[in-house]
Parts: sequence; structure tokens; C-alpha cells
Amino acid sequence: MRGPFTISQTDKRPIYLQIMEQIIQRIAVGDWAEGQAIPSIRQLAVDRQVSVITVKRAYLELEREGIIVTQHGKGSHVASKPGLGARLREQELRQHLEQATRIAAMLGIRPRQLEARLREAGDRIAEKETI
Amino acid sequence: MTDLAIEVKGVGKSYRFFSLDHINLEVPEGEIMGLIGPNGAGKSTTIRILMGLVHQDSGDVRVLGHRMPAAQVAAKWDIGFASEDMRLYDGMTLAWHMAFIQSIYPAWNPAYAQLLLKRFGLRAEQKIKGLSHGQRVKATLLLVLARRPKLVVLDEPTTGLDPVARHEILRELTDVMADEGRTILFSSHNTQDVEQISDRITFIDRGRIIDSMDRETYLDRWRRLRLEVPLGVELPALPGVICVRQEGRLAVATANAFVPGLANAYENSGARVQRIETMTLEEIFVANVEHSREEVRV
Repeated sequence: MRGPFTISQTDKRPIYLQIMEQIIQRIAVGDWAEGQAIPSIRQLAVDRQVSVITVKRAYLELEREGIIVTQHGKGSHVASKPGLGARLREQELRQHLEQATRIAAMLGIRPRQLEARLREAGDRIAEKETI
Repeated sequence: MTDLAIEVKGVGKSYRFFSLDHINLEVPEGEIMGLIGPNGAGKSTTIRILMGLVHQDSGDVRVLGHRMPAAQVAAKWDIGFASEDMRLYDGMTLAWHMAFIQSIYPAWNPAYAQLLLKRFGLRAEQKIKGLSHGQRVKATLLLVLARRPKLVVLDEPTTGLDPVARHEILRELTDVMADEGRTILFSSHNTQDVEQISDRITFIDRGRIIDSMDRETYLDRWRRLRLEVPLGVELPALPGVICVRQEGRLAVATANAFVPGLANAYENSGARVQRIETMTLEEIFVANVEHSREEVRV
């Protein structure tokens, strides 16, 4: 069985998006540091048993977003931007907050109430951690 | 309690290089049972024992209430069986075969046979030797289904078929079930077929039954958890988790007895559960076989 780079068959998103997400996660959690070399497109394709074109697509999108850099003959690296991991985390947080706000709007929950709910969630987590 | 179309208790059969070990199997009347497992797992041997074609060394087999192999002649009036190695007469037409089966089985339904001919795109006047593999499989299935058996047993009915032929066959199998009280048991290594039409799934590997239960329960027990593991946190060994792969701060845990408490237990250990994914039968198949083989090795 494969490691954390596992492509899910029940995930209906295209495989290149799943690969992008998994690369972003590695950078966000700090496993892949800024400027660090990452597997070549061909290597990742072999490891994941997916087509080279699929991985290439993921790498191109990540390059466009400024997250990785591919240099001809030198392979691919995580972009040398200080705080890239933290920025990706920030981006993830923003997405979750926007999603929560949208669901709240659908349920007719006002921003003020949502703030209170957020504090409650914080309390619940703190409580769990002290147990 | 519902009646059992098939009841197998403690069946064993030994060959020089392979043995079936204490097989227990129950198929309730009115259900579709999918038998899955890798090549050489014992699917065909199990089916042959059910049909009385192979005699078990030990254990009891009842099919539609008949003891097998002793009562196989009586049982076979109500059983329709097809497997890959069943041969039709190459020099004869499909119409000849249909007339032959009709002369033996009074339950043969000519109108249904005509309908199947049309749905399968077959021509009765064609000789068997001119048929493609897919057409032969469909012809065999027509001969089995048109006599309306109470129990249909099929060994690998969709192997080697193109997607259109597969869909035609799966459609006819589910059509059979419009009639309550009719039962199907089929084997396949195409997990998609089994996932699509089975009410129950039996998983067999290396001559042993690993799981046998209704499909929903079976699929629902398996989950893949994607975890973030901060530095200094060690993932606890949790019951129901058969495999954990960790690389740096990311890990994937595969559970075969998932309960929501499992995610909480990981969270309480300091890990973060990023996502909980359901798994397809194919993914479960591979994880299950790898896991059971690791256990054997230990």
C-alpha cells in the first residue's frame, strides 16, 4: 500500500487536483521546506501509478500559483519564499472561514452569532485538550 | 427468519497445493450474493462444491433445501449454472440449443427467451462457432435464464466482456430479481460489478472466507483517514485500524472497523484529522488482501 500520497477513488475531483492538494499540504505542514527539491514529474508519476501528463498538469498549476518552481535540467523546487508554508496555511484557514460563513448565511445565522459560535468551538476544543 | 437458498457449514476440501478451509456461507432467498477474491482464492472451487461438481471432504452443503452432492440431480431442476468452461456445440445454432434446453426443462419460457435474444442482440439462426466471446457468454446466460431457475449461479459472468456487454448482463441479472424469491450467486474479480448489483458480499482469499455480510455494512466499515501529525506527536495504535502509513507530518490510516470515535481518538492524541474518505470496493479489496497476507506472515 502507498504512503500519504494516496489517490482516492471515491474523491470525485480530477487526480491532478488531488496531487496539487497533497503537495500543498506537505509544504503547509513543513515537511517540504522553501527551496527544497521535490520529486521529478516522472518520479511522482511512477510512485503514484498515474500518467506523466496528470502530474505535469499539477506541477504547471502549482508553478502558476507561485508555489513551486521548475527549472529546465534542474528539476522542481518549492518556491524560495519565506513563510510560504504559513501562507498556505493562512489560505486554507480563509477557505474554511468563507465556507463556514456561507453555510451560516444559508441557515440564517448572523455574523455576530457566528462569532459567538466560533468562540464556543474554541472553548470545546480547549476543554477536550485539558481532559 | 428468511429461508436460505444456500447454506454451507464448515466445508473443507484439500488438494495438493490448495485447500478450502472451514467455509461457512449463507445466502438468503431473494438476494444477490457477490463472491469476490483474487485469482486462485477458491471462488470456483466453492461454486463447484455448491453445484455438486466437486465433493467436499467435510462439512454440510444445502442448496434450495437439497443436500449436496447427494441430492444434486433433484436440486438441478431449479438451479441455473453457467461457468467459463461450459461448452456449447460449435456446429449447432443457438436455436438448436434453445430447443434442446426447452425439451428438458418444462419451465422454459419461450417469450422470455425471445426477449433475451433481442436485448442481447443475438440471432438464433447463427451457429455457435461464429460467435464472439461476448456473444457466447450472452448465449449461455440466455439458456440459463430462460428456464427461470429459482437459483442462478454464475462463475465469472463478466470476465473478458466489453463495457456494453457487461451492462447488458448486469441489467438482466437485476431484472431476474424483480421476481421475489429468486436468488443469484455470482463470482467476479471485477469489484465494480459486485459493488453495483450485490446485496451481499463474500470476500474470499487463499481458501478462507475473510468477510461475508451485506454490502452497505461492509462498505461502511472501511474508511481512509488523512491525518496531520505535528512534531512530537505519536499516533496511537487503535483498534479497527489495519494500516498506518506515515511520511513526515502526514499520515494515512486505513480502518476496517470504522466508528466516529476513531477520529476523536486520533484528535485526542494531538493529531488533526484532515479528511475521512469512504473507499471503493476495489480499494477495500486491495487493502484487505494485503492485510490478510501480512497477518499470515506474522
